[in-house]
Order: sequence, then structure tokens, then C-alpha cells
Amino acid sequence: MRFSLRKAALAAVPALALGAAGAAQAQSITIAVEAPITSVDPHFHNLSPNNGLADVIFGALVNYDERVRPQPGLAVSWRAVDDTTWEFRLRPSVRFHNGNPFTAEDVAFTLARVPTVPNSPSSFATFTRPIVGVEILDPLTIRFRTAAPYPLIVTDLASVRILNRATHEGATTEDFNSGRVAIGAGPYRLVAFRQGDRVELERFDGYWGERPAYQRATLRMITNNAARTAALLAGDVDAIAAVPTSDLARLRADQRFVISEADSVRLIYLALDHSRDANSPGIQDAEGRPITDRNPLRDVRVRRALSMAIDRAAISQRVMEGTSIPAGQFLPEGTYAYVPELRPTPFDLEGARRLLAEAGYPNGFRITLAGPNDRYVNDARIIQAIGQMWTRAGVRTAVEAMPWTAYVPRSDRQEFSAFLYGWGSASGEPSSPLRALVATFNRERGMGPSNRGRYSNPEVDRLLEEALRTVDDAARERILQQAIRVVFEDVGIIPIHIQKNIWAMRRGIAHVARADELTRPQDFRPAN
Amino acid sequence: MTVYLLRRLFQAFGVVVAMSVLVFVGVYGIGNPVDILISPDADQMERERAIRALGLDRPLWEQYVWFVANALQGDLGRSFAYNEPALQLILQRMPATLELAFAAMILAVAIGLPLGLYAGLHPHSPASKAIMAGSILGFSLPTFWVGLMLIMLFAVHLGWLPSNGRGATAEFLGVQWSFLTANGLAHLAMPAFNLALFKISLVIRLTRAGVREAMLMDYVKFARAKGLSPRRVTFVHVLKNILIPVVTVTGLELGGTIAFSVVTETVFSWPGMGKLIIDSINRLDRPVMVAYLMIIVLMFVVINLLVDILYTVLDPRVRIEGKAA
Repeated sequence: MRFSLRKAALAAVPALALGAAGAAQAQSITIAVEAPITSVDPHFHNLSPNNGLADVIFGALVNYDERVRPQPGLAVSWRAVDDTTWEFRLRPSVRFHNGNPFTAEDVAFTLARVPTVPNSPSSFATFTRPIVGVEILDPLTIRFRTAAPYPLIVTDLASVRILNRATHEGATTEDFNSGRVAIGAGPYRLVAFRQGDRVELERFDGYWGERPAYQRATLRMITNNAARTAALLAGDVDAIAAVPTSDLARLRADQRFVISEADSVRLIYLALDHSRDANSPGIQDAEGRPITDRNPLRDVRVRRALSMAIDRAAISQRVMEGTSIPAGQFLPEGTYAYVPELRPTPFDLEGARRLLAEAGYPNGFRITLAGPNDRYVNDARIIQAIGQMWTRAGVRTAVEAMPWTAYVPRSDRQEFSAFLYGWGSASGEPSSPLRALVATFNRERGMGPSNRGRYSNPEVDRLLEEALRTVDDAARERILQQAIRVVFEDVGIIPIHIQKNIWAMRRGIAHVARADELTRPQDFRPAN
Repeated sequence: MTVYLLRRLFQAFGVVVAMSVLVFVGVYGIGNPVDILISPDADQMERERAIRALGLDRPLWEQYVWFVANALQGDLGRSFAYNEPALQLILQRMPATLELAFAAMILAVAIGLPLGLYAGLHPHSPASKAIMAGSILGFSLPTFWVGLMLIMLFAVHLGWLPSNGRGATAEFLGVQWSFLTANGLAHLAMPAFNLALFKISLVIRLTRAGVREAMLMDYVKFARAKGLSPRRVTFVHVLKNILIPVVTVTGLELGGTIAFSVVTETVFSWPGMGKLIIDSINRLDRPVMVAYLMIIVLMFVVINLLVDILYTVLDPRVRIEGKAA
């Protein structure tokens, strides 16, 4: 059984599959993406590949530009009326793919639907929950009331794709996947969604924004790295996302292809066990006996020494083949609340040894460094490299790499002392990593949900809470910067690097590379 | 006969029940799927909501009882990732896998049988030695690597075949098939050959061994002595007799090919069941994993049951034993 909306789509398949030679090339583009898109329903599963497709078919009040800065989308402007009331002015004369007009009613309907999608494995309700009241002033003006001051409403609404009340009343996830109600206000409309295989799209000529260059677009899901590169080399696809670092040099050298890249908003870091006073699970003294009277990682000198012992430049150049930037904080330069003076910790083996001796470990100690081997770019190789560097500094390191599906449950049970994770700040600003990674773990207040090392610093908590109450952007930025300084002075986590996102495509195609890792056909056009 | 059949059916049922427990407990043991599925942005409350929504807060035995109750009504659960019935997801992907598996088996027999026959008839010729050496490679080279090498050679360097995907399909009996269009066949060729490689080697070795043995048999000597042409001796007297083990083994291999073409489907992005199961394992999509394994268990149980029944028809000794018991 195949979900095809139109007979015409079937007729188009051979042309697309053959890589569409000749004149058809300006008309259509086939892009291989690295991860499966699991659903067309924009409110079903908060998952990066699905959000990428939602950006193509649907639209949100707020859009992100390629550097994850909020831009007007279906809303043309917004302002805080007071600390708990926000007013959004909507874009006039916008139409959905089926011709229905877009109004404030649709926004209200969307906010009501989001928390009610059944069986959602990861709901978008986190983005709508702070909104406690919706008031429609006129068809193009809507007000949101929040229980407490909530400055993140703008970035949160960028994740909520708008549906049409008349079309989507009672629509199920299956209705979206079958294509029946896959109707939004985005630049492309869905022609066919074939799970685990491909998504076929056709340009929507009534789109309110800039008209995409290609009339037809196909997203092929090719999860295997080598197969994705081979598909590009063989001419089966026009562009690929997430170029494997091992193929990068070859593609750069090949005149037939061009590369596009952008600094991402994904930090790769090491989390450390802060929760135990002694007997941290992966730590022994220099002779291999458990340390029963203390946890070395609770000593900031030890944490700083571990950070100093990492040669970030070497990891970036050798392991990552230049596709990462050594990091000293959550986000790259140029983002909101970036702290200019907070540089990556310089590599200093002697200094690390000195600090360890000062902290009472002149002979070092032993530690197990854990990480996934199938999640982040070169993840297992990164922890192997760090293991060697730490061993040179006197901290004898055993490296334990495992599949993501085994790693996450174990790290959630806090079975590791030092372990590698990545964090993509989807909203492009640092309140998301501050809240999730370093705020004190607190279930009731939703703080520190991904703080698996249980780092806790009252000063960070205080600053973060103050920031989350501060509606003024400039004032909030200063508070967030202060919180970031405190976290990294205290080495709450050890930042390694920020990944670069890499795409490769046939020469003759130009691409606007995005920091948020989304691959969208509207970002591609023929090069002049 | 009826008693025997009933007993076999009962045993088959016991196997299915035992496997369902094993599969369920095994998959349960890997970890909490919500950890994998949930967006990292979600807070603790959202995580708990998702766990409740997917029924994962219930104790294992309760989840199992629910699973069995639903399974008896033909409902093997809904995929966490797709929110569609797991059974439907698997059945949607099944034609692609069946097509690939059958194409591979046809290739295995079409290539393996003649080569094995030749190697058996002329065991000392250099060509035979080359065939046998080649079959060792077919056995020992990893499918994954061979697949990538095939892509590099035929798709990237020579540009003869598409590197991956299923290509154009045409409808037949309400299902989309690739082998009915030229473009689809081009897409099918490499993955089918890759999947067939191991089986080709197997068929070569089986055929060769059979031929070598049969050539020494009295009935072959007698046929020769009668003055029958070598052609008739080979194709009638030898081939007919060695086909029995070859058919048995290829039949058994078919089941394995349908169930476990995971590697080939991944390398060639072939949208079949193998790709679905590996994607599902990677995101701990428990209902799909369980449903898939249950379908495979059921398939093997049915195949074995059929084989057993066929044996009783073909071999009177089994019937008599059944009566004695």
C-alpha cells in the first residue's frame, strides 16, 4: 500500500528516481536526509527530522532564520503588553494549501490541539503549557496570557506549527500521514509520504513568502552514511545532509560537488557525577581501589584539571576533520547571550597535573569515561581521544562506548562518573541548556531534566530564575551571561566543541546552510 | 494422523507462547523507550506524561496481559514512533522484502546450480577450482562490505545501476512491485545480488557435493553402461536426485532471507521490513519490535509445521511412529 495523493505523482517518480537529467534539473531537486521522518503530523513527535518537514509544509507564528534568530512568520509583529500578556499581529491574506484563509481562530485552534494529540511520544505541549489564556481581539490580532512573566513565549511559538480549524478539526495523526489533511501554509505541499523511504513535495504557488526555486522536491531518507555519500556520487540524489567527516575531504576535492556548512547550535560536552559524596561508580584511586571517602569530581580543581587536559584543537582537527569549533560555553559566537571573554580552556598538561596534585591526587586516579557510539558525529572516537589525553595527565581512563539505546537508560540511572552528551539549543539561546543541563534537578519545577550528573549551584539557579522572569531582552541577556560565567568558572560541565553542519550537493546548486540542522528544500536553489 | 496433527499443532502453539514471553521480556529489558523517543527539551512532567500515555508505567506482567489480550484480537499494538498499528506498518513493508528475498533466491538457484553442477562434473578443472574459491569468498565476505563495494563499482564508477532505493513500482494484485518496471528492476538488481551472494555459494557447494556423490552411485554407473548420453545422465539421473537437498535448504534459507535481510536493506536503503526493524530497534519502538518478531516466529512455526505434515504424507514411517505413540 502506498500513499499517493495524485496519479501525477506516480508518473513523476521515475524521473525523480533517475536523478532527473537535463532540463528537468532546474525544476526538481532530490535531497537525501540522514534520519527517518516518522510523521507528517506537526504536533505528534517533537523530533528534529519531523520538525524540518513541518517547516516545509506548515508554518509557525515565528520563524527562525538560518542562525536560529526569531523572525516574523505567520505573525508580522509581537509585543509584551505587560509582564504576562503578549500581543501577536498576524500576517494578512495568508492562505492554506486548500485556499482557506489564515486567521486568529486557527492560532487558537492550534494551541488547543497541541496538548490533545493522542499517544504522542514527545509532545509539543511543553511549548503551549505556559499560555493560560487566549483572547482574539480581531481576526488578525491575538493575545496570550501567561501565569507568570514568560519571555520565552516567542521562541516557544516557533516550534508550534499552525493548523487550520476548518480543515483539521478532529484530524488524527494517521490523517496527516495519509496526506488527507497534510495541509498547511508552508512553501511546499505534500504529494506523498512513504514511511522510511521518501517524502514527495510540490511547490505551493500561493505561499506568502519567498517563492522556492524548485517546483518539485523529494526528501529521501538514507540513514546509512556510506550509502548517502554513494547516492550523491552516483547522481541518484542532488544533495545530501550530514556529510560523514570521513568523506568530506574526498567531496571537497571533487570538482563535481560543492559543500555548504554552518556552525551549529549543538554543543558536545562531558557531564560529571556531582551527586555522590564518595564511591562514584567509575572512579578508583591510582592503585585501582574504590575511593570511599570522597568524590574527586566534587573538587573544582579536579574538574578544571580534566578540562585543561583536553586538547580541543587536536580533537577538532584530527577526529572531526575540521568540522567542529572548540567550545568554552553552550553556544557559538554571534548567538544571544554569548559571553565573549569565555574562551575554550587552553590545553595545558603541566597545569592539569599541578592542579591534580594540589587537590590531593599527585598520582592521579582512575576513571571510566562513557559515551554513545552511534549518536553524535564521531562520538566514540572523541571519548577515545579524551581518554588518552586524560591518561597522559595522570588520570588513567577506561573508555566505554555503547549504542545510544543502551547508553541513555544507563546514564539516566546515573551509572556513570564522566560521560559524553550533546545538546542542541533548538531555540538558539542559552536558557534551554541552562535549564536542562545545569539547573538543580527539580521535578516539580521542571528544572534540570537532562542534568544527569546532578550539578547543583544555587547561584546558577537564582540567576536562571531571574532571567526567566525578565521580559526585557537586553536585561535578560546580561543575567544569562552572568549565569553562563558562573557555570563554566565552576566547570559544571566540560564543553568540548560545537559541531558544524555539513551538506554536499552537485555543483550548480546553492544552499543556505542552517545552524539548527534542518534540511529544507526551500533553502536550495540553482546557483547563478 | 489426526492425533499426530493435533499434537504438532499444540506444540506449535506452545512455541508461539514461549517466544512471545521471551521476546516481550527481552525487549522490555533493553530500557525505557521514552528516554530515546522524547525530545531532550521535555521536562520531567512531560516525560512522565509520555510514559503514562504509552502505558509504560504499568508493571511488566500487566503490559504482557494487555499485549496478549489485544494480540488475540489481531492487534499487535501501535508503533510509538508512527502512531500506526504495528502490524499494518510491517505488512506495508512486506512486499518490498518478499520481492527482494525471492529475487535473491532465484539468483541463487539460477547461478549456483549450473556452477555447482559444472564443478561437480569436472572437479579437477581450473574453472571448477576458481568456482570453489569464489564460493569461499561468497561465504566469508561481509554482506555490508560487499554491498558498499557493489555500489562503488556499479553505481559510482560505472554508473550502470542506481545506488539505492526501490525505484518505480507498478501495481499488481493491489500491491506495488518493483520487478514489473525496468527502472524498478535496475534498482532491484544490486541488492538482490548482494543478498544472494551467500546463498549462491551455498547452492554451489551443495550441488557440487551432491553431484560428486551421485556420480559414484550404482544407478549412474548403470545408466552410463546402458549407453545413455552424458547429457541425459547428468540432467535426468544425477540432477533429479541431488535436487532434494538443494530444494530443502533453499526453502529453509528463504525464511531466513525474508526475516533477516536487515543489512542489505540498510546499505541499499531498500524500504522493506528489515529497514523498519532496524529503525525501530534504534529508537526502541517496542510494539514494532515485538510484532515483527512475533510474525517471524509465526512464519517459522508455520513453515516447520507444513514441512512436518509433508513428511508424514511422504514418509510412512513418521505416520506409524505417530500411531505407536
